[in-house]
Amino acid sequence: MIGMVLAATAQALLLLGLSPLLTGVIRTLKARLQTRRGPSPWQPYRDLYKLFRKGMVQPDTASALFGLAPFVLFSATVLAGLLVPTIAAAAPCSAIGGAFTFVSLLALGRFFLALGALDTGSSFGGLGSSREMTISALTEPALMLAIFTVALSAGSTDLSHMAQAAIGQSWRFLAPSQMLAFAALFIVLIAETGRIPVDNPATHLELTMIHEAMILEYSGPWLALIEWSAWLKQLVLITLLANIFFPFTLVSVPGIPAVISATLWYVMKVAVLALAIVLVESTNAKMRLFRVPELLSVALVLGALALVSTFLFGAFRA
Amino acid sequence: MIPIVELYAAGLAIYVIGALGGFAAHLARKNGNRLTFTLTAAAVAGSVLEAIAAAACLFSNTVPSWSAAGALPGLSFSVRLDPLSGFFLLALSVLAGPVFVYTIGYRRHGAYGEKPALWSGFSHLLMAALTLVFTASNLLFFLICWELAVGASYFLISAGHQEEETRRGGLLFMLMSRAGAGMIYLGLLLLALFAGSTDFADFRSVGAKLPPPFSGLAFLLLFGGFGVKAGIIPFHIWLPAAHPVAPSNISALLSGIVIKTGIYGIARVCFDFYGELPPWAGILTLTAGVASAVLGVLYALMEHDLKRLLAFHSIENIGIILMGFGAALLFRSYGHPSLAAVAVTAGLYHTLNHVIFKGLLFLAAGAVVSSAHTRNMEEMGGLVKRLPLTALCFLIGAAAISGLPPLNGFVSEWLTYQALLAGFGATSEITRVGFPLAGALLALTAALAAACFVKAFGITFLALPRSEAARRAKPPSASMNAGMILLAGGCALAGLGAHVLLRLFDGITNAWFGVQVSSGLVSTSAFALNAPAPRTGAASPLAIGISLAILGLTPYLVWRIRRRQELVRVGPTWDCGLPGLTAAHEMTATAFSKSIRMIFSVIFRPRREIQAQYDVSPYFPKAIHFESEIQPALSERLYEPLREFVFRMSLRLRQIQAGSLHAYLGYIFLTLILLLLFGVRA
Repeated sequence: MIGMVLAATAQALLLLGLSPLLTGVIRTLKARLQTRRGPSPWQPYRDLYKLFRKGMVQPDTASALFGLAPFVLFSATVLAGLLVPTIAAAAPCSAIGGAFTFVSLLALGRFFLALGALDTGSSFGGLGSSREMTISALTEPALMLAIFTVALSAGSTDLSHMAQAAIGQSWRFLAPSQMLAFAALFIVLIAETGRIPVDNPATHLELTMIHEAMILEYSGPWLALIEWSAWLKQLVLITLLANIFFPFTLVSVPGIPAVISATLWYVMKVAVLALAIVLVESTNAKMRLFRVPELLSVALVLGALALVSTFLFGAFRA
Repeated sequence: MIPIVELYAAGLAIYVIGALGGFAAHLARKNGNRLTFTLTAAAVAGSVLEAIAAAACLFSNTVPSWSAAGALPGLSFSVRLDPLSGFFLLALSVLAGPVFVYTIGYRRHGAYGEKPALWSGFSHLLMAALTLVFTASNLLFFLICWELAVGASYFLISAGHQEEETRRGGLLFMLMSRAGAGMIYLGLLLLALFAGSTDFADFRSVGAKLPPPFSGLAFLLLFGGFGVKAGIIPFHIWLPAAHPVAPSNISALLSGIVIKTGIYGIARVCFDFYGELPPWAGILTLTAGVASAVLGVLYALMEHDLKRLLAFHSIENIGIILMGFGAALLFRSYGHPSLAAVAVTAGLYHTLNHVIFKGLLFLAAGAVVSSAHTRNMEEMGGLVKRLPLTALCFLIGAAAISGLPPLNGFVSEWLTYQALLAGFGATSEITRVGFPLAGALLALTAALAAACFVKAFGITFLALPRSEAARRAKPPSASMNAGMILLAGGCALAGLGAHVLLRLFDGITNAWFGVQVSSGLVSTSAFALNAPAPRTGAASPLAIGISLAILGLTPYLVWRIRRRQELVRVGPTWDCGLPGLTAAHEMTATAFSKSIRMIFSVIFRPRREIQAQYDVSPYFPKAIHFESEIQPALSERLYEPLREFVFRMSLRLRQIQAGSLHAYLGYIFLTLILLLLFGVRA
């Protein structure tokens, strides 16, 4: 019990500490690819520090829900992060939830953020909520099919068990069902974290905002919490992708050198996926909202193909 | 030792006396406050007694029963409290108690308040009829109580019969009930024919005794008949017509438990009357469930009448329940009784959860509708500041129905996902791909339901009021709040205490599949639920709730301690430089669901008409007329042609009524000849 609490605290601190750096690195790399200098990778830390010290303006139309939303979003995202294995093969809180719990926790955070946006009484918040809930509704089937595929191969919905089932079988990734599931989950990652081509995280034009529209009225410490939660969700989803499909660097036996090397491998895997995201962002334009379902139906088809290939190639454990 | 039969009889007696008392009071034109309060409080007491009896019955190993002979051959007033009956009785009582507590405050509102003694009488009659429907064990007695329940529901739905919409809703309810009842009669009579008796105890596994064409036919008739009652697509058209127009406490009962009589019937038929069913039955159930779930939530998203939205969500949740049942049927066909037990538990747990959170949502909607004097969401808004407790209860119900942890909807959806996931390895036939596809569509349904409830809660309660009535809305009375809080507590309890509540299903799964489902599903150490073996995976709603509380309170306390009050101000929302935000700038329900309407336009076939009037420049219109409509697919394609056909046939048959006395004498003569030839035996 004590061990679980310590491991959970350590993982939470690691994820919370690393997520602003990941965001900063993505922004800097994107800028460099677009032949700009770009901000420093440490800028998000400075942004958080600034926002936590600033004052706050609450809209007069808002109610208690406006203040509840950032805290619910933060706690749900952190708990979701504790369900995913990062350094060790066993996630600290895997006894309290697996893949379905993970998806439901992210849905909980999204639900309250969308309500907080509607609370402000401005059309921006309403538009952002509407678009966010629509896109998340379309990503859920693809996400579920991909999770089903991996769970069927691993014989478990526990994220730690999914990772452990593949340790020692690094060639397993080449199985068609795994590759297709990875592709489907990558598209879902782009949609859920609001990156181009689904949403532009740097825009503030009302016709193009989704996530930014929902948080338009937030300021000060509450905005800091929401931004941090969004960065954390991005890191957690990348971690999920990296460690479920390439888990061979996870530590099963404790020991200081193993932990250090696993941490370095983890940072490297996250960096590679971050580079993939940057390449996707820099080579695509943002899609019109009504084209996004086409992209997500590609993800759905990939997920369905992954499932069918599990059936065809018999690569599952009953 | 708890006297189960005595408690049950006491509760039933209270309902019957309450019904008679209510009717007598109405006939004597006594609608006094004290009288109606006594009647409603008596109903609360009755439901408490029934709840205790039902819970005791579920945890005991006996099957109490009681019977008295009836006058007709084949009829006996017999009652049997086996685990399934006990479970549905528990669900009924768990809902009825808070609903009647709420009615103590609601009984002066709206249509219910015009003749409170009469409607109290009918409510008691409905409760008695439902109690008997769930526990009757004689075929004819069951049918009599079924009809009583339908009749009482009809009168309660038509309480506001001065409105055209209410009359139409009641009539459609009655018509569809007739069609469904006809199918039920035929199916049950077929079973009785081959069982050789009218006692449900003798119907156990009678499906095996029916020869092949009748076996499938009886199943289809019963599935269709009970499906009409439950509101499965394509028989659902009466639900969104009838449930919104009833008084809100009655809507809670209707959507909460009356449609569950259909689910009770389906469960009895599938698992008790039929010990074995071919795989097509499971596939049919699963498909009907998936179709109901997806279409129900899609149509719910398009509604801006708050109660119609909730009615469509009932269709969606019935679909989810049927998905669990369909998976269970398939598991049983393929020879996996333990997995079938898990799937049935998922379906039944979702039934209980739906009873609780749908009842809660309708009660909260009733409070809102009676305060704002409209059912239209587009005229509400800002109610969270005026009705804070109602808003909180609606929020809990909305979070529960969207399947958000750690509430009860999350637990039953988790169980359903686990059951569907296990389906892939249950068989090696091609049908196994149906399970994960159903799981994906369940995920779509859950996400769309969350979107719909963001819309419902956000437009109704948040931001600025959109009409004068919303601006002047008053909070409901204390007993209405108490009823809602009881059900909200039930939602939390059924979620956080899932590892305890799963023991309710042991009796049922033991009787049907010979397994104690909670021993496989509940982990003995952590307060967690385990995935069905041989898969691993766990979820612990209690631990999730505690962790969320800790992780949320920690930053909140840090912020509260370290904030400087002078740095927090209240200011106007950003309005792009316009002179102040009004309610006209807010999101509307129709606009919120526009993206879904466009994306799924294949299903909705939306039609939009905009007419703008301008005199000088098209950029500054004087007036804009906007009309938007979706075509309800099934109503048009299925029921309109059916209605046309019935009318045409009726017109043809009218020619029998020639108006000539000679023709009528001829008909009598012909009937007499036929009866003498075929009816009288030597």
